[in-house]
Amino acid sequence: MSTTDHAIEYVTATIGGQLFGLPISGVQDVFMPERLTRVPLAAPEFAGMLNLRGRIVTAVDMRLRLGLAPAEAGKARMAIGIESKGESYGLLIDAVGEVIRLPVAGLENNPVNLDARLARVSAGVYRLDGNLLVVLDVDRVLDIGAHAEAA
Amino acid sequence: MDELLRDFLTETNESIDVVDVELVRFEQEPNNAQILSRIFRLVHTIKGTCGFLNLPRLEALTHAAETLIGNFRDGAPVTGESVSLILATIDRIKILLDELERNQAEQAGDDRDLIDELAQAAAQVSGAAPAASPKLEGQKAAPKRAIPAEAPPAAAVTSATNDSKPVRAKADGAPRSSEEAAESRVAQQSIRVHVDTLEQLMTMVSELVLTRNQLLEIVRRHEDSEFKAPLQRLSNVTAELQEGVMKTRMQPIGNAWQKLPRIVRDLSNELGKPIELEMHGAETELDRQVLDLIKDPLTHMVRNSADHGIEEPGRRQAAGKPEKGTIRLSAWHEGGHIIIEIADDGRGLDAQRIKATAVTRGLATEGEIEKMPDAQAFKFIFSPGFSTASQVTNVSGRGVGLDVVRSNIDEIGGTIDVKSVPGRGTSFTIKIPLTLAIVSALIVEAAGDRFAIPQLAVVELVRVRANSEHRIERIKDAAVLRLRNKLLPLVTLKSMLKLAEAQDETKSAFIVVMQVGNQTFGVVVDAVFHTEEIVVKPMCSRLRNIALFGGNTILGDGAVIMIVDPNGLANAIGSSAAAQQAAENAREIEQRTEAASMESLLVFRAGSPQPKAVHLSLVTRLEEIDAKTIEGTDGRLMVQYRGQLMPLVLVNEDVRVKEKGVQPLLVFADEGRAMGLIVDEIVDIVEERLRIELASQRPGVLGSAIVKGQATEVVDIAHYLPLAFEDWMAWAGGRMERAPVRVLLIDDAPFFRNMLAPVLKAAGYAVTSAASAKEALALFEDGERFDILVTDLDMPGMDGFDLTEAVRKNPRTAAMPVIGLSSLASPEAIERGRKVGLHDYVAKFDRQGLIAALKEQTADIDCAA
Repeated sequence: MSTTDHAIEYVTATIGGQLFGLPISGVQDVFMPERLTRVPLAAPEFAGMLNLRGRIVTAVDMRLRLGLAPAEAGKARMAIGIESKGESYGLLIDAVGEVIRLPVAGLENNPVNLDARLARVSAGVYRLDGNLLVVLDVDRVLDIGAHAEAA
Repeated sequence: MDELLRDFLTETNESIDVVDVELVRFEQEPNNAQILSRIFRLVHTIKGTCGFLNLPRLEALTHAAETLIGNFRDGAPVTGESVSLILATIDRIKILLDELERNQAEQAGDDRDLIDELAQAAAQVSGAAPAASPKLEGQKAAPKRAIPAEAPPAAAVTSATNDSKPVRAKADGAPRSSEEAAESRVAQQSIRVHVDTLEQLMTMVSELVLTRNQLLEIVRRHEDSEFKAPLQRLSNVTAELQEGVMKTRMQPIGNAWQKLPRIVRDLSNELGKPIELEMHGAETELDRQVLDLIKDPLTHMVRNSADHGIEEPGRRQAAGKPEKGTIRLSAWHEGGHIIIEIADDGRGLDAQRIKATAVTRGLATEGEIEKMPDAQAFKFIFSPGFSTASQVTNVSGRGVGLDVVRSNIDEIGGTIDVKSVPGRGTSFTIKIPLTLAIVSALIVEAAGDRFAIPQLAVVELVRVRANSEHRIERIKDAAVLRLRNKLLPLVTLKSMLKLAEAQDETKSAFIVVMQVGNQTFGVVVDAVFHTEEIVVKPMCSRLRNIALFGGNTILGDGAVIMIVDPNGLANAIGSSAAAQQAAENAREIEQRTEAASMESLLVFRAGSPQPKAVHLSLVTRLEEIDAKTIEGTDGRLMVQYRGQLMPLVLVNEDVRVKEKGVQPLLVFADEGRAMGLIVDEIVDIVEERLRIELASQRPGVLGSAIVKGQATEVVDIAHYLPLAFEDWMAWAGGRMERAPVRVLLIDDAPFFRNMLAPVLKAAGYAVTSAASAKEALALFEDGERFDILVTDLDMPGMDGFDLTEAVRKNPRTAAMPVIGLSSLASPEAIERGRKVGLHDYVAKFDRQGLIAALKEQTADIDCAA
């Protein structure tokens, strides 16, 4: 049938009602973060640090990263584990969706009217039955802006 | 690859590196026969091995070099050019070795060019050797970098050719063989281990440490468990194992600096600028992996300094600088990191040029640049492709360097910073965490979160309560801690971390007293838990710029917590205006208190014209009584005093009790009992900083001191009190309804023993003295029991630290508080003290401090009782 060369599997997730996708090759795991330790003096997008099977993982709150209102307190959130430059991160999302397979050829450039906040972290979009799926560019997601300086 | 070949390559590469370094050293110290002989030996060995392995090309090359070096050994003058020639040969050899490694066989070819040059140099040199001095002089004048100091000794040696040669040969022969013998012995004591094997070991040990921590955490929650003892043993073994494995991976940073002298020498020649390379702290150790990763960045920065930093000699002279430029490399450990500094005394960074380039490259806007302080603008030099060099030289200036340096350092969890003063120089500071560092840390709580503070920086823990000796005071709005007689600036951890507002708690607080460099300060925390051995993991690269944290770790219970960086904290305090003000005020007050800590003495005369003195604080009252009221029975004098019969004691037999008139008395009273000391005359009450110069062996006298310019005998009250009431001491102690606290005082100097023992006795302790740690241990063996140990820390033989360790190891004495006395209180000493289990640390002449420390420890005994 169709060769795998022409399609990529994406892990999908919802953040603030918007659908996002991450190439599965870049995803380590999906987990429920527990015992988050906050990092004083860090930018608010850093939700904290956690211990995942002996590894220290830096949690990034994707809602804050995208400039959305923070999630309601007490609501359980999922995290997608990724790696960048040898360090582990967990992207806190609202809900994780299915793994879907999308043709490489279908990846389009950011539409002109794409929200600036989404465009900043987007590596492209897919149009799926009236839904827009934004592919996340991990490096840009982790490029969190001005840090709060220490005293 | 052939095993033999592989070994050859490893060893020869190492030897060649050593020859390289030694040659540069030799050039600077041409009279050093040892270096020369070492070089010769190495080259000779390489030649031999090449012959054995049938590598003719290498053999021929090394042989030619060996001949020239041999001539030097025989006394021929050393010129800069001949050294350069040998260095060039070394480089060729390195290339050949590389090719050999790649192709497993020697590259076909000829090194005629070098060999001929070497032969020529050798002939010239050996031709000149036995010749008369004039020819030598001629030889000397020609080469650019001849070393004039060589001329007289060389001439002297070579003029008596026949005699000198055999002598030298003999002289060389003897040390050489013993040196060789020594070296081969050392070689046999080491083995080669593959790096991956060590890597594995290290990982396993870290896992072991973490698992051990988890077990300790669990056992901690169960009061008595049969697991405690075996777990303790496991813990000790783990700690030792960890230390041992860490040692295998640590290497001195000098290894990364090895090639630099040669590089600087070559650059210096190439650029026509005399440059000196200084290296400090080459023995500072760091992890092998990290060492490998910083070799190149360091080289790059040194090249940069030489190329762009150091000015031409003419320019330097015009600027009033010494002609020779200096590049200084320094390395040292600080709080779980290794700090490496590369500094030069060159022209410094051009802030304007950097700012302009930053704008041109779009790294900042005009507006941002205008407001930016120079120090911040300097950071642009780490941006990719950034180079303000007008010429791209062969050496550097291609603009690809510093950003790679920064990302290399980033990868290993470090930071790099640059400082510069125009016209004076530039310095780069690299800070790298000691990877897989397992450090001891104190776990504290602030605003509900836990944090780790490296034990190394912690001096002591203080609990401030309503009526404790230590108090928090406010000086012009800044909080300070009064600790014994010092004032320390205070900060609150939770407010430094912007987690919560510091409450105005002057009533009750937990304070961690920290010392960083020569800054001592207190950190207020909400709670103090325990110490734990933690594996330091570098902070996530995107969070590394938070100066207050030096990493994070996973505790025994699985929680991730931040590790406070003591330096970051100290800097934050140093730069906070309020804290600065507090520190200043503290200093002011300290000076005033020091002035006030002069002692009050009562000066009197008794039995001789020479004045005597006693601490006023010991004296309850001065009295003058009617001599007629003195009654005497059985040779014991007494007087009716305040409804009681008060015994009277003579200071010495020369004192004449008055028969009539007024008799001065010094009254010493304690809880209803009083005694009167008969003196001839009360002279004065003075303030003096008491220094007992000469201790006395006579009972009743502590020693002599200069009081108000006069030699004065200081009286030992402890001697007289029992004369009045035999059981005074026991009674005074008994008042507390327990036996007096038994103190064992150990000091090798009789002077100190004699000075301190009476002071402690006067304070109510039962004192036994010992002159050495050995004596003290013997006392324990004999079954003697003591409540507290006060020991001098600097003693010959077994010192106070070792003694404390021994005390801790012995189950009978393990719980005994130990107070250490020392004249130095460096952070290392304090840390060592903590490691061996010292409870407190008091300066040698600080008698008040000692009494206070004893009180503290005694109070603990009381509670435990």
